[in-house]
Amino acid sequence: MQTGTESTYNYKVVRQFTIMTVVWGVVGMLVGVVIAAQLIWPELDFGIPWLSYGRLRPLHTNAVIFAFGGSALFAASYYVVQRTCHARIFSDWLAAFTFWGWQAVIVAAALTLPLGITTSKEYAELEWPIDILIALVWIAYAVVFFGTIWKRKVEHIYVANWFFGAFILTVALLHIVNSAAVPATFWKSYSAYAGVQDAMVQWWYGHNAVGFFLTAGFLGMMYYFIPKQAGRPIYSYRLSVVHFWALIFTYMWAGPHHLHYTALPDWTQSLGMVFSLILLAPSWGGMINGIMTLSGAWHKLREDPILKFLIVSVSFYGMSTFEGPMMSIKTVNALSHYTDWTIGHVHSGALGWVGLVSMGSVYYLLPRLFGRAEMHSVPLINVHFWIATVGIVLYIAAMWIAGVMQGLMWRAVSEDGSLTYTFVESVKATYPFYVIRLLGGLLYLGGMLVMAYNVARTVAAGRAEEALIPAPRLAHA
Amino acid sequence: MDLDLIRIAVTLAAFAAFLGIVWWAYAPARKRRFERDALLPFDGDDR
Repeated sequence: MQTGTESTYNYKVVRQFTIMTVVWGVVGMLVGVVIAAQLIWPELDFGIPWLSYGRLRPLHTNAVIFAFGGSALFAASYYVVQRTCHARIFSDWLAAFTFWGWQAVIVAAALTLPLGITTSKEYAELEWPIDILIALVWIAYAVVFFGTIWKRKVEHIYVANWFFGAFILTVALLHIVNSAAVPATFWKSYSAYAGVQDAMVQWWYGHNAVGFFLTAGFLGMMYYFIPKQAGRPIYSYRLSVVHFWALIFTYMWAGPHHLHYTALPDWTQSLGMVFSLILLAPSWGGMINGIMTLSGAWHKLREDPILKFLIVSVSFYGMSTFEGPMMSIKTVNALSHYTDWTIGHVHSGALGWVGLVSMGSVYYLLPRLFGRAEMHSVPLINVHFWIATVGIVLYIAAMWIAGVMQGLMWRAVSEDGSLTYTFVESVKATYPFYVIRLLGGLLYLGGMLVMAYNVARTVAAGRAEEALIPAPRLAHA
Repeated sequence: MDLDLIRIAVTLAAFAAFLGIVWWAYAPARKRRFERDALLPFDGDDR
């Protein structure tokens, strides 16, 4: 059956984004493993500037956040919004534009970053021509998503769509404000802001990219895929309403904790710290809502590897949203900032929460999109889960120890008031932990390769599924 | 008009709005309605 009929859902765009989630996952995590190895063996750049750490590191972060995570978010939001609105996606061609446009952005990033073309703003490195393309794709995404909600055949807008909607709106705002720049040449621009204002705008963007790109969107996944996979509604729908609004009201103010003890005014730093502490409440409210959905059916966690992915991801969400507020306290931050503890914290959220919930969602989606009863191999999902989990634990434990050790070494003072350690001594002491981190990263990448094999076999034996939209009922039951 | 006064007013109004949302979500009158809304992902669903 061809697309364009209003009696079916548009699964084509969901299929495209789901496949690319897996492809970019492998690529982005591979680059991560390469740069982790470079920190142990610096010669691994082979003297080629394109492969130097400083250029590959933004390639890694952009690939895993925007290519892997972004594709997963597009796929999940397009699937969920159609199925919970009982409506085909608003405009097939505009949805196709978001797919091809987003892939073009990713390819442009993969070409320009190794060439050293960068704005040097963390997580917003791409230069202004690419930024304009991102803005166009994102506005199209908003039109497609909210257009689908507009034409919905059910009265209520399901909570997952509220989270997806907030993610789409906020990321548009963040991207457009933070990327404001004065172009000098085609591949060089200067930020519209200067000095500490530039830093504050950057971390307002940076932290809300965590809050809305890496949290709100993936919470949308949690609110749909956990109830569906568990076969029971969310633990408390009323808690989900409060969870949503509490998160929306508080996240915007937490950014200054990235700028503790800098030129940023002291009151702004304290404001950022206080709002970061408040964030613990909505974060844990959401975590409890996700995990308690299994209340009374815990045995499913033993039998169902997809539920393992989804529930353990929410546990990592709880862990990193406890750790985050703690690290935002200024006295804790004095120890943790600029150390590998930050890297450990980010990866407990990225590998544990964002990675696992995306993988669980892809395992849920794929058989349904390709007309199969289940994945090619369910035991391999279990293998992936355990390899990935052991990898995460090795990674974050190594970085925690390394980070606290670095912080303690840097602040140690001898009796005469001089620093006890030189900087290079702390680098040497970190060496064994970099090796453990590489091992953890290799395991996580290995799990992703197992997934890629499983996905390829499932797709090869499947067919493009066309799902019918349920007929509208006359009266509300 | 004092700018600080507007800032205080906006903060308090936002907090009041949040309390209103909590009341709206947890009022007994809407208990059944939210229980029904939670079933939306399963509505008319084959799989």
